[in-house]
Amino acid sequence: MSKLLNPSRRTNITVGWLLLLPSAVLLVAFTHYPALATFWHSAFSTPKGIRPARFIGFDQYRAMADDPVFWTALVNNLWYAAGTIVPAIALAMLMALWVNGKLAGRGFLRLAFFTPTVLPMIAVANIWLFFYTPSYGLLDQIRGLFGLSAYNWLGSPDTVLWCLMFVSVWKDAGFFMIFYLAALQQMPPELREAAELEGASRWQIFRRVTFPLLMPTTLFVFVNAVVNAFRLVDHIVVMTRGGPDNASNLLLYYIYETGFKFWDSGYAAALTVVLLMILALVALLQFTVLERRTHYQ
Amino acid sequence: MQHSRTDYWLNSAGAWLLGVLWVLPLLYAMWSAFHPSEYSANFTLSAPWTLDNFRAAWAAAPFPQYFLNTFLLVTSILIGQLVLCTLGAYAFARFPFPGSNVVFGLVLVQLLVMPDIVIVENYRSLHWLGMSDSIAAMALPYMASAFGIFLLRQTFKSLPRELEEAARIEGCGPLGVLWRVYVPLAKPTYVAYALVSVSYHWNNFLWPLIVSNSVNTRPLTVGLAVFSGTDQGIDWAIINAATLFAAAPLLIAFLLFQRQFVQSFLRAGIR
Repeated sequence: MSKLLNPSRRTNITVGWLLLLPSAVLLVAFTHYPALATFWHSAFSTPKGIRPARFIGFDQYRAMADDPVFWTALVNNLWYAAGTIVPAIALAMLMALWVNGKLAGRGFLRLAFFTPTVLPMIAVANIWLFFYTPSYGLLDQIRGLFGLSAYNWLGSPDTVLWCLMFVSVWKDAGFFMIFYLAALQQMPPELREAAELEGASRWQIFRRVTFPLLMPTTLFVFVNAVVNAFRLVDHIVVMTRGGPDNASNLLLYYIYETGFKFWDSGYAAALTVVLLMILALVALLQFTVLERRTHYQ
Repeated sequence: MQHSRTDYWLNSAGAWLLGVLWVLPLLYAMWSAFHPSEYSANFTLSAPWTLDNFRAAWAAAPFPQYFLNTFLLVTSILIGQLVLCTLGAYAFARFPFPGSNVVFGLVLVQLLVMPDIVIVENYRSLHWLGMSDSIAAMALPYMASAFGIFLLRQTFKSLPRELEEAARIEGCGPLGVLWRVYVPLAKPTYVAYALVSVSYHWNNFLWPLIVSNSVNTRPLTVGLAVFSGTDQGIDWAIINAATLFAAAPLLIAFLLFQRQFVQSFLRAGIR
């Protein structure tokens, strides 16, 4: 190796830091500082008019424990995560298997499944809003064909969360499909051929060969899906605004409402701390799971 | 082979059913936008075609301004990201210093703690900087992107060092090597990253919603939400026409560059 390629340690440090400086400043300003400041500010009251913020310790968290809306939003969000992650991943896998094989109209299908990914959530939320409109919307028109009466899908606490979950699955499945498609295309065909020679059925091949080999992708997609489930609020703003009676209120939406509609920044900070804790848990999961993944290989 | 034939047709039918369900919302928006509003929920094949809804939507809201704002937002974020991520990735790939792994870990924190999670604090900071209601405020938190740094670092690391050696012997400094060797060779990664970034920020909503509160800064997504949120007798045909405005540029780009789009997502997805 020439001397030119082995710059001294000191040059490395200087050049490295100089190159990193702009990114580092912005990352600290908009990721690390706000994450830490959230903890700090959650220990203060919200300044109002002439009354400045004062230190109140854990009072925000005590208020949170007694806040039924917080608990509703948290439970809703857990249901929302549970109800969107598994169907989206299962559909994504199925879609990828389909468009990876030899089906009639494969080009159209790839296009169709991926379309929701490139559409703005706000735009499609408008369209879904129409689908769910009582009596006039598409869903009720189909019900009408079977002689069923009109139903207020988004206005009823029993169905509103399901309706939003359906939109999320529709939006996410095609995106996750891409990752499975990548994994399927990198899979060595010999394994499959060997299994076919042994006389394994399609289902057996899927269960014993394909599915296990897709496991690393599934873990990656799963972590993404969890983060998504706690971060997606766009369609709530358009379709329900958390209603009726908070039946479709989720954590980030509640933070948004608290911080920017009620202007209660102290309480919003405490709520953000909860969300950060959940994300830290996801990170921990990802870390341990990725650790295990390397053992497998 | 009778068995596998039915198998094939069943799978095809299932795939097509799901495919149609997946494009249905878009097909509906098109139907409704191109027909008079009395046909919005009435699917008569003989319904007359019209462009009036597009005209009405265009006249009812400042869409040219929204388009301009989105365009400025997306391009300024992209330019910022390309420059900053290139420099950062180069540092991690070729100038490792003691503790640079820890610093890299700190960068990756952004993959989870994205600016739209810590909205309250970020709003506070930008307000303190006197930057609220500006496109710069919408763009700034996203310019340093952990994903971009990660992606480019992987690419830079995989490039042969002999090329760098040759450039150094020719008298290139660190920036010269970056500009003449690394950047040109990483072009496919840049294309992939640019597509992901543009589609993400074209569609982004919550952070721009919070930062913008005037027509001069609102991007398309926020403008659309304001437009359809005015509850004065919802005219679905006009809302759907506006919806197509907001979705059209990306949708057309997607239809034209479908293969590249999907491949770039494939590439960008592999971490």
